[in-house]
Amino acid sequence: MNYKNILKADENNYKTFLPIGLVLIFISLTDVFLNSFLKINITSSLPENFSFFSPLILGLIGLQLIRIEYSGIKSIDLLNKNINNNNFNALLTLLIIFCIFKAFPPALSWMILDANISGDTKDACTGTGACWTYIKVWLRRFMYGMYPNELHWRINSAFILVIGLGFAGYFFKDNLKKYLALYYVIIYPLIAFLVIYYLISGGSFGLTWVETGAWGGLSLTFIVSFFCLIFCFPLGMILALGRRSNLPTIRYISVGYIEFWRGVPLITVLFMSSVMFPMFLPQDFFMDKLVRVIIAITLFEGAYCAEVIRGGLQALPRGQYDAAKSLGMGYWKMHIFVILPQALKLVIPGICNTFLALVKDTPLIFVVGLSELAGMLALAKTNPKWLGFAMEGYVFAAIIFWIICYAMSKYSYNLEAKYKTER
Amino acid sequence: MSESIIEIKNVNKWFGDFQVLKDINLEVQAKQKIVVCGPSGSGKSTLIRCINRLEEHQQGNIIVDGNELNENTKNIEAIRAEVGMVFQQFNLFPHLSILDNCTLAPIWVKKMPKKDAEELAMQQLEKVQIADQAVKFPGQLSGGQQQRCAIARALCMQPKIMLFDEPTSALDPEMIKEVLDAMVNLANAGMTMIVVTHEMGFAKEVADEVIFMDEGMIVEKAKTKEFFDNPKSDRTKLFLSQIL
Repeated sequence: MNYKNILKADENNYKTFLPIGLVLIFISLTDVFLNSFLKINITSSLPENFSFFSPLILGLIGLQLIRIEYSGIKSIDLLNKNINNNNFNALLTLLIIFCIFKAFPPALSWMILDANISGDTKDACTGTGACWTYIKVWLRRFMYGMYPNELHWRINSAFILVIGLGFAGYFFKDNLKKYLALYYVIIYPLIAFLVIYYLISGGSFGLTWVETGAWGGLSLTFIVSFFCLIFCFPLGMILALGRRSNLPTIRYISVGYIEFWRGVPLITVLFMSSVMFPMFLPQDFFMDKLVRVIIAITLFEGAYCAEVIRGGLQALPRGQYDAAKSLGMGYWKMHIFVILPQALKLVIPGICNTFLALVKDTPLIFVVGLSELAGMLALAKTNPKWLGFAMEGYVFAAIIFWIICYAMSKYSYNLEAKYKTER
Repeated sequence: MSESIIEIKNVNKWFGDFQVLKDINLEVQAKQKIVVCGPSGSGKSTLIRCINRLEEHQQGNIIVDGNELNENTKNIEAIRAEVGMVFQQFNLFPHLSILDNCTLAPIWVKKMPKKDAEELAMQQLEKVQIADQAVKFPGQLSGGQQQRCAIARALCMQPKIMLFDEPTSALDPEMIKEVLDAMVNLANAGMTMIVVTHEMGFAKEVADEVIFMDEGMIVEKAKTKEFFDNPKSDRTKLFLSQIL
């Protein structure tokens, strides 16, 4: 027998090798586990250097011992095939498991075990862990910004209304179905705008006026993202079609527009919209800061959407255009019934990408003095009574943003699955 | 002789520097069946794509049903609605069911009420014997069924002329027959047809005239029997000897 193969499991010896290997792996993992979770070192009696590396060495030998081509035991075969097919992969596997074991307990104890959530002041936070009291006390600010506390019901009800109207399309009767696109592209944004204007801004129907400077927190994130999303998509569609138009004027305008907006950073666009733009307007013309910001982001993201949608248009075979034309369809009918439904289906992942980026870009509106969620955090962390809790705030914001974005990407997977057709 | 429904006079066309059509002259009478054959790259597809202006010709005149095709043609959609076309690659709309494929154009181009359009579509699907597949999507059908659906889709516009661009070339040998049968039925029903194909059996059965094209020119144009029994040019003889 070749000396290299002494430790190699084969069909003759695997019955002895397998248990020994599994025991070694078990010892190695238990060692690290106890060490990181309970601070017990079962190999402390060994020399220091060896004690440090012992789990790794034991684990590697164990994995080597169980590496057999076909054992007949399902879980071990799966393990061998996927994470233990050679020494390098075995090493990576062990290192990753150890890292998880090492990183998890501190994170767990910071976030939950040693954390505080009771009390209303900074003094309540005594432990070494996170101070969720801070988030609790400031939650209303993080959600609604500087909007007066007693008026928060207006924001809530406006959101419920807007979401409800968004679902209204599902309940359209069959004979109304053909107006669905019209509803979502034109009517719905308009109604949503009016709802938000009259309910959140107020100023009429006996509701007190709340200026947009006081809006903020997560609700502002939603408002900005919502309007930018529903406006930038149709804009992108028109630009994408324009860029592929046969008419040179339209084509060059579209190309120029797209290249211009893709070439400038969003932060400068926002800055211009708030500082430079009013200079070019007539004296008595007033446009709210928030509206200007929404327009700026929409114009900016529209250019990105356009390029994504153009990708979908170009992915369609020429035969689809030919077939639609040969049936006597004109430009618009061809695009509305044949080309766009297929192209938009293809670009769902790309559009989702753009939209996620848009949502995560909203914190940039701080440059014009609007404070959405991240902006409110920046304000709160400088409050003299609550210094030193930036970490908790940003972890909180990260979790909120992650939930929003994950929900969006899940939704996009659903859409993809729903509209999947075989070619 | 009755009036020609398609007139092609001295048509020249270039792709860049390459001349694909050289001085083409052709007249087609109503209810005539014309088969166009020739080696690949000879311009046959381009020729019939010019007839419904999927390709634009640079010189000469093409007159379809009394309307001249040129860049000033405002009613190109109306002309296309009268000229059905069937493609080599079927080009069904994969996001629509078979029935919707057939009703889309009648409803939105001809403004036919939805119910009438569906009735008509079912009739046409019945004729090509795939009425039972109406609710399925193109991706779920075999190549032969897809091509028959494409024929039905074109017929739903009730065209005066049907153009076939190598309708059987992308099909498995077993499926060619079912598509050819559908085309023969259509021919027997009196449709004006221009068919680009390599199926010489089909040509012998239904064609009134056969046109042989090579290098962008019409090399030979003759009545079907004469074309096969007594071809004049050497190029045609060579082609026929290879294909038959």
